[in-house]
Amino acid sequence: MPTPLAIAALLVVSLAVYALGRRRVGRLSEGQSLHSLPGYYGLWIALWTGAPAALVLLLLMAGGPRLESALLTANPPAVVAAMPSETAQAFWSDAKALADGQSTTRIAWSPDERKVLKEKAAEAAALESRIQLGGQAAALVLVLAGFLLAWPRLAPQLRARNRVEGWIGVLLALCSAAAVLTTIGIIASLLYESLRFFHSVPPLDFLFGLDWQPQIAMREDQVAAKGAFGAVPLFVGTFLVMIIAMCVAAPVGLFCAIYLSEYAGPRTRSVIKPMLEILAGVPTVVYGFFAALTVGPALRGFFNYIGSWLVQGPFDPLGQYLMAVQNEMALTAGVVMGIMLIPYISSLSDDIINAVPQSLRDGSYAMGATRSETVKRVILPAALPGVMGAMLLAVSRAIGETMIVTMASGAQARITANPLDSVSTVTFQMVQLLTGDQEFDSPKTLAAFGLGLTLFLVTLTLNVIALQVVQRYRQAYD
Amino acid sequence: MVMSDPSSEAPLSGPHSMPHDTQVRATPVAAGASSQPDIKIHCAGVDAFYGEKQALFDISLDIPDRAVMAFIGPSGCGKSTFLRCINRMNDTIPGARVTGRIEIDGQDVNGKDVDPVVLRSRVGMVFQKPNPFPKSIFENVAYGPRIHGLATSKSELADMVEVALKRAGLWDEVADRLQQPGNGLSGGQQQRLVIARAIAVQPRVILMDEPCSALDPIATARIEELIDDLRRQYCIVIVTHSMAQAARVSQRTAFFHLGRLVEHGMTEEIFTNPREPRTQDYITGRYG
Repeated sequence: MPTPLAIAALLVVSLAVYALGRRRVGRLSEGQSLHSLPGYYGLWIALWTGAPAALVLLLLMAGGPRLESALLTANPPAVVAAMPSETAQAFWSDAKALADGQSTTRIAWSPDERKVLKEKAAEAAALESRIQLGGQAAALVLVLAGFLLAWPRLAPQLRARNRVEGWIGVLLALCSAAAVLTTIGIIASLLYESLRFFHSVPPLDFLFGLDWQPQIAMREDQVAAKGAFGAVPLFVGTFLVMIIAMCVAAPVGLFCAIYLSEYAGPRTRSVIKPMLEILAGVPTVVYGFFAALTVGPALRGFFNYIGSWLVQGPFDPLGQYLMAVQNEMALTAGVVMGIMLIPYISSLSDDIINAVPQSLRDGSYAMGATRSETVKRVILPAALPGVMGAMLLAVSRAIGETMIVTMASGAQARITANPLDSVSTVTFQMVQLLTGDQEFDSPKTLAAFGLGLTLFLVTLTLNVIALQVVQRYRQAYD
Repeated sequence: MVMSDPSSEAPLSGPHSMPHDTQVRATPVAAGASSQPDIKIHCAGVDAFYGEKQALFDISLDIPDRAVMAFIGPSGCGKSTFLRCINRMNDTIPGARVTGRIEIDGQDVNGKDVDPVVLRSRVGMVFQKPNPFPKSIFENVAYGPRIHGLATSKSELADMVEVALKRAGLWDEVADRLQQPGNGLSGGQQQRLVIARAIAVQPRVILMDEPCSALDPIATARIEELIDDLRRQYCIVIVTHSMAQAARVSQRTAFFHLGRLVEHGMTEEIFTNPREPRTQDYITGRYG
C-alpha cells in the first residue's frame, strides 16, 4: 500500500475509533456523571490510536527514499566502484528510475553495466517495498497497541478533557519546533557551505577585495583566480541602491504616515489605508517589471533629453554622458525599490505615531499650535526612536530585495557612487551564481553562500536593533 | 482675534434665556458680587454633540474675570465637554459639534473669522494627567512663546521662561536643571510645569480639567495654592470631582447634571444653601 493511502486509512480508522469511544463512554456513564463531554473521550482514544502511527508514517514518507538509497549504495559492485563519482551518481539514479518505471538518463551503459543496472534496479524495487512494508507494519502495531492499551481505561471518571489538552500542547509544540529547527537548519547549511567557501577564498580577501569576477575562477588556467572574489563592489552596489531607495521611501513613507494619522479624516483614511496595503502586497517581480519596462525607459528618456540639450555646449562631455545613459541603472532599481518600501514604512510609522499619547497632542493644540507645528515639535520628536526603528527595518528589506535589482540594476559589479551607472548587488549576484547547471563544489557557486551569510548577518543585526528600538519605544508609553 | 459683529449679539437674550428661570434669577446674584464689566466669558444656549449624542443642553453661564469658577457634577455630566468648548478643543475630536454662543471679552469664539489657533493662545489649558512634552524643562515652557513668536531674542525667551516658572512656583525647584527632560519631574512638578507652559503665552483665561486628580495630597495642596495665586491675574475655570477642592479654591461654582447646568452661583451659597434638590443631593454625597 503506498504510504499516502496508508495515512488515509489511518485517518478513517481514527474516526471510527473516535465514534466507538464516544459511544462506549456514553453507555458506561449511565447512572453516573461524566468528567468531560463525550466527544473528549472519543478524541482521547482516537489520538492514542492514530497519532503515534501517523508520526511513523510521516517519517516513512520523509526518510524512506533516503534510507533506500543508503542501503542500495552501501556496497557498490566493482563496476560502479570503478566509475568516476558523477557517472556513479547517474548510475544510481538510473537504477532507481528503472525500479520506479520512470525514464532513465540517455547514458549508453556498456552491456556489463547494463546487467548490473538491472540487478540493482530489482534490488531497489525490493528494498522499497520492504521499507514500506516494515514501516506500515510498525504503524499497524502502534495502532493496535494504542487502542488496546487505551480502551480499558475509558471510564466516566477519566479526565479526558485534560488529557486531550495535553495532546494539543504536544501538537502545538511540535509545530513550533519544526519552524525553529528549519531556521536552525538553514543557518547551519549556510554556515557549512560558507566555511567551505572561505576555505578556498580567505575571508579578508572576500570582505575587502575590490574585484568581483567569479567567472574567472571557472577557468583553471587563470592565474588571477584568487583575487576574483572581492565582494566590495557588490556591497557598494547594494548600498547605493539602498540609499536611493531610502531617499525615496523615507520621506514619502513618513509623510504619508503623518498625513494618515494626523490630517486625514476617517473617510480618507479608510480609502488610503487599504490601498497602501494592496501596494504592500504586490509581488516584487511585478515591481521588477515596472522598473524594467516603465521607470527605466522613462528615466533614460529624461536623462537623454537633458543630455541632448547639453551636447555641443559648455557642458558637452556631461551631455554626451547623459545621452548614453541606459535603462538599467542603480537609479531605476533604487527608485522602484523605494516605491515598494513606501507602504512598509508608512504603515510601521503610522502605528508608531498613533502610539504617541493623545494627551501630548491635546497639550500642544491647547497651546495654540497648528497641526504641522504639533507634528514637527511634539509628535515627531516623541516618535523619532520608533520611526528610526521602522527605517532600519526598511533598510534591511532593501538590502535583501532581489527581484527588482535583478531586473533593473544592470549587472556590472563595480565600485561607483553614480546612480546612473549600472551596478550589481549581493542578492543579484547570488541569483547569478546559483541559476543554471552548477556544480556545488566550485568556489563560484560557494561564493553565493558566502554572500548569503554576509547578507544574513547584516539583516539580522539590523532587524534585532530595529525591533529593540521599536519595542522599547512602545513600552515607554504603555 | 477678530471682534464679532455687535448686531449679531442682539438675539442672544431672546429665545435662549426664556426657559431658564433659575439661571436668569441666578445671574443677578453672581453679578451682585462683582460688577458687570468683570464678566470674562459669556455663554448662552450652548449645545454640544458627539456624533448623534447630545452632550450639552442649552448651557447659559457667565464666568467672571480674576476669580476661580469651579464646575462640579457627576462623571459624564458634560462639565469637561463644556470646558473644552471654551477654547474649541472639541474641534480636534472627529464628529464633535458645538452650537450656541460663547464669548470671551465680547468676542464669539465660534465666529467664522476666529482662528482657533489664536484663540487657544489666549486660553491656556491644563489637563487631568500632566502632559509635559518629551523635551527639556526649558523647552516645555518655551514651547508657546516659540510657536507664537513672542520672544525676539534668546535672552527675552529665557526671561519669559523664568517668569512663567516663577509664577507657577516651580522656579526654585528646577532653576539648576532647566535642560533636563520634563518627564523626569514628579507628578506634581510636572503639573506645575504644564501650568507654567500655559501661562508663558500670557493667556487671558486658564482652563483646568481636573488638574489634581492624578496627584497626591501634598502636590494637590501646592497646585491649589498656585491656583489661588493665579486668580489675581487670570480668569480660571476648573473642573473638579472633589467638592472639597471646589469649596477651597473657587469663588463661584456651577453644578452640571446629565448635560444640563442645574445651578450656579457663589460657592458658599451653593454649598451651604443650594436652591435645587439635585445640587443638595450631590453635595451631600447621595449620588455622584
